[in-house]
Amino acid sequence: MANSKERLRRTMMFVPGNNPAMIKDAGIFGADSIMFDLEDAVSMAEKDAARYLVYEAITTIDYGTAELVVRINGLDTPYYQNDIKAMVKAGIDVIRLPKAETAEMIHELEALVAAAEVEFGREVGSTNLMAAIESAKGVVNANEIAAASPRMIGIALSAEDYTTDMKTHRYPDGQELLYARNVILHAARAAGIAAFDTVFTNMDDEAGFYRETELIHQLGFDGKSLVNPRQVAMVNKVYQPTEKEIRNAQQVILAIEQARIKGSGVISLNGQMVDRPVVLRAERVMRLAKANNLVDAEGEYIGK
Amino acid sequence: MENKVNRNIPDEILASYDYQPFTSTDIEGMPVERVLPTFKATTGSNKLVDSLADLVNKTVRDGMTISFHHHFREGDYVFNKVMRIIIDNGYQNLTLAPSSLTNVMNDIVVEAIEKGVVTNITSSGMRGTLGDAVSHGALANPVIFRSHGNRARAIETGAIKIDVAFLGVPNADEMGNANGMDGDSAFGSLGYALMDAQYAQTVVLITDTLKPYPNTPASIKQTQVDYVVKVDAVGDPEKIGSGATRFTKDPKELKIAEMVNNVITHSPYFKDGFSFQTGTGGAALAVTRFLRQAMLDNQIKASFALGGITKPTVDLLEEGLIGRLMDVQDFDKGAAESMHKNRNQQEIDASWYADAANKGAMVDKLDVVILSALEIDTKFNVNVMSGSDGVIRGAIGGHQDAATAKLTIISAPLVRGRIATVVRDVTTVVTPGESIDVLVTEVGIAINPLRQDLLAALSNVPGVPVFTIDELQQMAEKKVGTPKPLEFTDRVVALIEYRDGTIMDVIREVKD
Repeated sequence: MANSKERLRRTMMFVPGNNPAMIKDAGIFGADSIMFDLEDAVSMAEKDAARYLVYEAITTIDYGTAELVVRINGLDTPYYQNDIKAMVKAGIDVIRLPKAETAEMIHELEALVAAAEVEFGREVGSTNLMAAIESAKGVVNANEIAAASPRMIGIALSAEDYTTDMKTHRYPDGQELLYARNVILHAARAAGIAAFDTVFTNMDDEAGFYRETELIHQLGFDGKSLVNPRQVAMVNKVYQPTEKEIRNAQQVILAIEQARIKGSGVISLNGQMVDRPVVLRAERVMRLAKANNLVDAEGEYIGK
Repeated sequence: MENKVNRNIPDEILASYDYQPFTSTDIEGMPVERVLPTFKATTGSNKLVDSLADLVNKTVRDGMTISFHHHFREGDYVFNKVMRIIIDNGYQNLTLAPSSLTNVMNDIVVEAIEKGVVTNITSSGMRGTLGDAVSHGALANPVIFRSHGNRARAIETGAIKIDVAFLGVPNADEMGNANGMDGDSAFGSLGYALMDAQYAQTVVLITDTLKPYPNTPASIKQTQVDYVVKVDAVGDPEKIGSGATRFTKDPKELKIAEMVNNVITHSPYFKDGFSFQTGTGGAALAVTRFLRQAMLDNQIKASFALGGITKPTVDLLEEGLIGRLMDVQDFDKGAAESMHKNRNQQEIDASWYADAANKGAMVDKLDVVILSALEIDTKFNVNVMSGSDGVIRGAIGGHQDAATAKLTIISAPLVRGRIATVVRDVTTVVTPGESIDVLVTEVGIAINPLRQDLLAALSNVPGVPVFTIDELQQMAEKKVGTPKPLEFTDRVVALIEYRDGTIMDVIREVKD
């Protein structure tokens, strides 16, 4: 995926790999990434059936522009290798490794993925990887995990296992996750990859979901893992830029264009120099504005 | 011969029923002649009868047409009580002409068919074991399916001549003044039964609650009633309405509802004073919720909501967002109870609601309607009657009637399980594509090419992808594959009339 680093990843929607109805409809909710789960959602007895089902879905159903991710079973399970082979053969965009704790685990996964790419005639390097960090050890090693491979596109916090490992549980205010969130975010940014926040499972606590999403948006996460399609629109709403941000971004982009036409190396807006972070932020604002249908095809603001 | 929607109607059907083939949804200028009942005047001061069995013996003869209403829905006791007596008395060759048949009536109708008691049926629909029996050729003659508006037309013009109407009511006085909104088994509007009360030769009210004379408000009046019978119970209050209406949490239904709402609010009809009709079911109720927010945001109020009424619609009335509820039936307890306290919830009969053979029905003034579909084809023809196995399992209801609205929206998933909803040709044409404007599915919408104005209005709505209906059909087929064609015998088991009494389609016996 050429623009893999720049694409929006606000919403990574979990789809149980053993649920045909949900797999069939997974593409209609506008999630940026769809994550088929072969791991915790699937009982031992259904592991093979789910793998076949997800394989058929990926090779049959048109999921539009969504990034397709599969959470495989961990490397300490007997399903790990077959999961990798089947998903690489199907042409999955991203393989998500659960319970990542060391760079070694990523290296082992990468070797198997590369072998599968050769075996099934896929372009070597075409399968991206990501890791879920679910333990204290994983958090401590987040930097090396994030930087373990050029195939890595992101790391995610998985809070249920992590809080258990930390001898606590989840609280409404999320204080228990502050350290892990910041470590994972820094590791991701240092490695130039995406950071995903954990799931929020109580569908009846809409206010709590917004509170948590606003927090991780403020911290700088790319987005969140989701357990219910109804959460997609809620996350998008939090990540939606304001009209002021959009108008400002349009001016920045106009200034870049004018500088390019003039052949000037220096970009200025309202008499002030526009430096690189401002440009990057403006480009991200415009991507978000487009994704939220706030601008038309020409980039003109159309509001809601 | 083939009619306008390319359905092959056997010549013997056309001849023996004196049918004209369906040609157009435009019925302007259709000549109408009404047939009123003849009867002997009564001046007695009490119409109360002790025994339902005696009364059935006194009023029913072999070969007669008897009618019922379905306002008690799945909580109906009256239909079974009367039919039990009729079957046990060994009547033959009756025509059953209820406003519709609910599941609780199925078993006894099947029994009546098997014993030759019932040989003809006309209804809005049927489901379950009865639909299955009819589709397998159990009934001597084809069932005639008519919309609610068309039943009113057929009764008024004599196509249905009701000899005895057995009408269950939750209250009545000894002279036959009755309404549907008081009593343990209250169901709200008596809309469909009002036709029977007005046109049947003999009208029998069956109630479990006698009120002191004069009982008001009176929806059915003593001027129309021959007998009043008291029984222990007319209905099961728990099963009459769907109880507390819950909004759907199904993400797919919500997605469809949101898109339906977008279609409505971006259409030229969404302006102050507009009118609308929604059905029941998850998506329709969710539309009501989205529409409420859009009306608040845009400071738009509706002049009226029409048809079957639900509690969420009543809430909009009470909030001042709707001026009038024009109520032909109530789907839940909340809607039934509100008829009493809200003077702007107006009870209307099926003729006022939807009759094509009228000097104007309310559907003629309807701006927006949201309807469902079992199947819709690439000509926008809709099937709400036969299932994917070809077996009868549905009802026309007000579908054909309300579809004459200015903006008719079909809300349906692209596929249900492994069955495509959007198909090349529907199994049974119930509502012609000519009256359908927009199809809304979870993946996007399709606009009837007859409506270029809507195509322009809805082409650039964020979050509402526009496809051709052929594209949607291909998408559905790609997802679930191409089914083997259904197999039928040549025998016709049911006729689908259009609302003007022309013939739209026939349903044939399924081959197993």
